[in-house]
Amino acid sequence: MSSESRDNPLPLWEVFLQPPGGAAHEHAGSVHAGDKEMALQAARDVYARRGEAVSIWVVPSEQITASTPEDMGPFFEPGNDKAYRHPQFYKVPPGVRVS
Amino acid sequence: MTPASVVAPAEDPKRLADFEARIARGETIEPKDWMPERYRRQLIRMMSQHAHSEVVGMLPEGNWITRAPSLRRKMSLMAKVQDEAGHGLYIYCGTETLGVDRHDLILQLLAGTAKYSSIFNYPTISWADMGAIGWLVDGAAIVNQTMLAKASYGPYARAMVRICKEENFHKRQGFEIMTVLSGGTPEQHAMAQDSLNRWWWPSLMMFGPHDADSPNSGELSRWGIKRKSNDELRQRFVNMTVAQAKAINLTIPDEGMRFNEATANWEFSAINWDDFWRVVKGDGPCNRERLAARRKAHDDGAWVREAAAAHAAKQTESTEAAA
Ligand SMILES: [Fe+2]
Ligand SMILES: [Fe+2]
Repeated sequence: MSSESRDNPLPLWEVFLQPPGGAAHEHAGSVHAGDKEMALQAARDVYARRGEAVSIWVVPSEQITASTPEDMGPFFEPGNDKAYRHPQFYKVPPGVRVS
Repeated sequence: MTPASVVAPAEDPKRLADFEARIARGETIEPKDWMPERYRRQLIRMMSQHAHSEVVGMLPEGNWITRAPSLRRKMSLMAKVQDEAGHGLYIYCGTETLGVDRHDLILQLLAGTAKYSSIFNYPTISWADMGAIGWLVDGAAIVNQTMLAKASYGPYARAMVRICKEENFHKRQGFEIMTVLSGGTPEQHAMAQDSLNRWWWPSLMMFGPHDADSPNSGELSRWGIKRKSNDELRQRFVNMTVAQAKAINLTIPDEGMRFNEATANWEFSAINWDDFWRVVKGDGPCNRERLAARRKAHDDGAWVREAAAAHAAKQTESTEAAA
């Protein structure tokens, strides 16, 4: 096959869609594309054929910085041991409705 | 396949136990999580075969786009085939999270070393086949993919959720075609029946060998990739299809079919596995034609990929010059 050797894989982009109705953008998947415009068009064709999105973000996959599974414990711990950040932590006199 | 890709390294027993405990708790495994090498390889094998099937699956129906009997049918068929292209891309994208490159997977398909579902190696010789494929082939795929939407690997399960949302349209447009033909002229009815006769058994084979003869099943179910066995899924498909065939006056081509009151299952005759293996091993009616069509499409698209790469390079240059 002559084209095989000439093929360079195109860069990978992560695709985020915002559904109609005011929810936040959510990760949908990825596409390969040469540049950002083509990435947007490919994302529309692949992930939004039925009105799934009112807005699309594409981000070069290599630009995403992510936490790692090893971080699971210590990295998220500061959020796990602060019961006073939840309303249930506070006592209310019996019979009173505060919320 | 080299022996090295079959025999995976021994795993650290502690990590393996932790991993299996996560599966047992119903947790989802994500790309960066630790996983046994066998789990990764089974997923790459299964997901890439699935993606290839979506892509090759466009060919039998593509055959009829220009000859659809009405504009309405033509629009539906084009939209359906376009969805299958999307399905292929969703699953390739999921497979890439396991550290393989889509490009390499596609080259394996073109080289003829990758497998795809054998159902797509049968010819589409009449318009009724567009009905039978949507009704039976997509119908069988829905049964399988609904199960896979609960697979333990997150990217695979999420791709399946997306796909399942689109498949009902595929099945219903196929069933509508069959309904209209079956209720039409005697010739049209005969065309629908002939198509059912040809697609019925290959559709049952789509679920794969019997559980006892399915070498990968044990591992796949232990690790929560497949949560139902081939035979269970096949039976579910048969049970739901019998009533649909009856409703549109078509006869399932199996005289030995009996309803078992005790199990509430429609029991069917023995499947001709020799035919199945012949097609899997490359000797089906259309294996060569399908690969030749994929290679031609890939080669004919080379200039598009080159133009895209050249355009991207030019843009990088001009942004660098402006900076
Ligand atoms: Fe599909
Ligand atoms: Fe489909």
